[in-house]
Amino acid sequence: MNWSLLWAQLFNGLTLGALLVLVAMGLTIIFGALGVINFAHGAFYMIGAYAGYVGYNQTHSFIVAVTAGSVALLLVGVVIERGLIRYYYRRPHEDQILVTFGMGIVLVEAVRAWFGGISQRLPVPTWGTGAVNLGFLYYPTYRIEVLGIVAATLIVLYVVLYRTRLGLIVRAGIEDQLMVNILGINVTRTFLVVFGLGSMAAGFAGVINAPIVTVVPDMGTLVLVQSFVVVVIGGVGSFWGALVGGLIAGEIISLTAMVQPAYSEVMLFAAMALVLILRPQGLFGVQGR
Amino acid sequence: MIVKMLSARGPFGRWLPETAAVAALLLFPSAFALIGGTADMADRILIWGIFGLGFDILFGFTGLLSFGQAAFFGSGGFMTAYVLIAGYTQSALVALAIGTVFAAILGGIIGALSLRRSGIYFAMLTLAFGEMFYFLDISPLKQFTGGENGLAGVPPTHIGIGSWFVELHTPESMYWVIAVLFLMGFWLARRIVNSSFGAVLLSIRENEERAGTLGHDIQKYKLTAFVIAAAYAGVAGSLFGLFQGYMPPDGFYLETSGQLVVQTIMGGAGTLVGPTVGALIWIYLRTALQQLPLVGPVWKMVLGIIFVLIVTLFRRGICGGIALLWRRMAGTRMASTRSVQVMAAATPADSAPRTRSSLSGKVILEAKDLTKRYGGLTAVDKVSFEVVEGEIRALIGPNGAGKTTFFNMLAGTIPPTSGEMFFRGERITSASSTAICQRGLVKSFQINQLFSGLTVWDNVRIPAIARIYGKFHPSMLRDAGGSGELNALIAQSLAAVHLSERAHTPARELAYGEKRRLEIGLALATKPSTLLLDEPTAGMSPSERQDTIRLLKSIAAGVTIVIVEHDMDVVFGLADRITVLFNGRKIADGTPDAIKADAGVRAAYLGNPVQR
Repeated sequence: MNWSLLWAQLFNGLTLGALLVLVAMGLTIIFGALGVINFAHGAFYMIGAYAGYVGYNQTHSFIVAVTAGSVALLLVGVVIERGLIRYYYRRPHEDQILVTFGMGIVLVEAVRAWFGGISQRLPVPTWGTGAVNLGFLYYPTYRIEVLGIVAATLIVLYVVLYRTRLGLIVRAGIEDQLMVNILGINVTRTFLVVFGLGSMAAGFAGVINAPIVTVVPDMGTLVLVQSFVVVVIGGVGSFWGALVGGLIAGEIISLTAMVQPAYSEVMLFAAMALVLILRPQGLFGVQGR
Repeated sequence: MIVKMLSARGPFGRWLPETAAVAALLLFPSAFALIGGTADMADRILIWGIFGLGFDILFGFTGLLSFGQAAFFGSGGFMTAYVLIAGYTQSALVALAIGTVFAAILGGIIGALSLRRSGIYFAMLTLAFGEMFYFLDISPLKQFTGGENGLAGVPPTHIGIGSWFVELHTPESMYWVIAVLFLMGFWLARRIVNSSFGAVLLSIRENEERAGTLGHDIQKYKLTAFVIAAAYAGVAGSLFGLFQGYMPPDGFYLETSGQLVVQTIMGGAGTLVGPTVGALIWIYLRTALQQLPLVGPVWKMVLGIIFVLIVTLFRRGICGGIALLWRRMAGTRMASTRSVQVMAAATPADSAPRTRSSLSGKVILEAKDLTKRYGGLTAVDKVSFEVVEGEIRALIGPNGAGKTTFFNMLAGTIPPTSGEMFFRGERITSASSTAICQRGLVKSFQINQLFSGLTVWDNVRIPAIARIYGKFHPSMLRDAGGSGELNALIAQSLAAVHLSERAHTPARELAYGEKRRLEIGLALATKPSTLLLDEPTAGMSPSERQDTIRLLKSIAAGVTIVIVEHDMDVVFGLADRITVLFNGRKIADGTPDAIKADAGVRAAYLGNPVQR
């Protein structure tokens, strides 16, 4: 057994998992508060990467790139919520899925029309180049930093969800949407803020991940699919579900890649099927929802 | 006159859609050429149309939105291409059959997994499993599928039997093969949606939970619909590979599943031909837009915007809109002639006065120490009771006494925490509401649970199908309107709740009191031996209440009734015995007179402000 390869793959799984956690968290927060599953979430992630790419090209500052990606998605989220999604809160779930799916097509094609289909690169920031000697493994500095950044973001999200009034409303919404509406909470504003924040999480994940992957208009599809799997494994609307589900997904993909590369993606779906058979509501999900 | 002849019951009505389809398919190539369409495009449209027929049964009729249909399209296509290339068969028809069966089997497996969750989860799961097939295709199964390259060189072949065959070299000759298969698929799909099986699918779309409590095995129906859709996808995928002589990995792309959904919505879900019309729009516009200088590169964005607009503003789609107009034009006339048939079919409801002698003294329904806890709250606390066959038992108590929870346990809609239930001597403690309903114990709901989009007649048809054909009846080829026994039961149930004249009104257009009666009618049409009525007069005016009491008395002739009610006039006017619940416990059980005299009951209702 090649131990350094195992360690490397474990760390790769962790980085991949951390980014999936971030994307799935946005998905699950929006679903929890608004009852809408955003099929355009992958497109949001992709736009985050492109906004970061543009920001970086203008200034050559990675901080500007991250800010651009996050702010762009906050704006996109706010505009789409006000312009479209809000007319869908009272419509059936299928319609919400259909309209966000359609939005996703439009966004991907708009980006393709603007930037072309060829792949772009966002370089690793200067403070992230090189590798770190962990004793048992040389590992790219940037990936270790990504782990730190994601962990910090998740702590912020946790504080927002569990220590603020907004978070209380979101969590109450996950428990019982109708009741929250009845209680006379200003849901209009809450929905807007939550949708904006959830979109921002996707955009943020897009920029952070951009130096690791290639930036193409279709990059969101795989992430959307994987974050669905994360949500199914972890249970919809659960902070810990998204966290554990994301890390499990990341590790499954990269550990399988070590043993049998051809099956690395397939194995993730097999794990999802297994969860469906043994615990259909997801690891942290509550029965009946 | 024309409208009458063409109406569903008119001389041409029965075969009108098929006749129209034949005419359209014959004329289509030449008409399509006039607007610049090619035979190649026409073939693609029909292939997507076949794909869409199955998808519409799944989504338009059953309400299951799948984003993973590419899995079956691709699997069917690759299997067909593979057996032809590998030389296992020279016959395109045999290969097509193999591809279709393969897709259907995979549909059974993926359906069984995906249907473990419903609603949005189902959409997410199908999308994920669809992607799984893509990854299987490009990587582990590369040696069979050619991976990213696809399978080229599907032998140019001919299709047919014996000396009669069509060469599959040109798009023009291919068109007629695809057209014949489309026609067969269309005929079959129409039979399916018009059968009793199709009626149950519609009820699942309208109100899944209620369809289950009325005695249908929802999971089996949903899975069957899923397999049907997968089989259609397999046919379409196989044709796709045959027609191109090449099966590309695109068959498995998420885009393929997405395009199917988009086309179905554009054309109109729930119309069967909608997806074909949507495919026509998509494929024609794609070609037309690509030729325009500025729009060319963004054709897909334009189609995406059109899709978003259609979902937002015109959800019925093109065919759905046309169908609605057609119904408005032809509807009133048909309704008036058909309601007469309903009246004629209805035998007068048993209005014989209820006799005490019908009480056999046999216990029909029994609860032993039934308990339901929600966390620390005990909603129902060790309640035992026995209902004697033929009696009317009222269950009363102040708000929050646990009456509805108790009822839901009896009907099998929520599982008890502890305790036992028996119905006609059999243990039903852990039985599903579907099984309990099939045994003859059914509940009508406090809040109407109707199939709002269906007519009154079709509403009552759902429980009647469950009673006569059982909890799963996959007979798809017999017209649901054909069975005399079924129609008699529907007509009888409608007459019993005085809704015969409203038979062809959509349930959502009924007045409130009528909806309440239909709610009871749904339960009655399961021919229950015991009926659980949860506040049948809730929200009614005093005169409606009086009517309902009379109605319930006439129903009670052959049925045991347990009724939850707040209105004491109703309770004391109807009940043979009364059980009183208070704070989840049974505090009294006896005849109306005994209950009136009971001090504990009085305290529960009137006194003791601390507990209220």
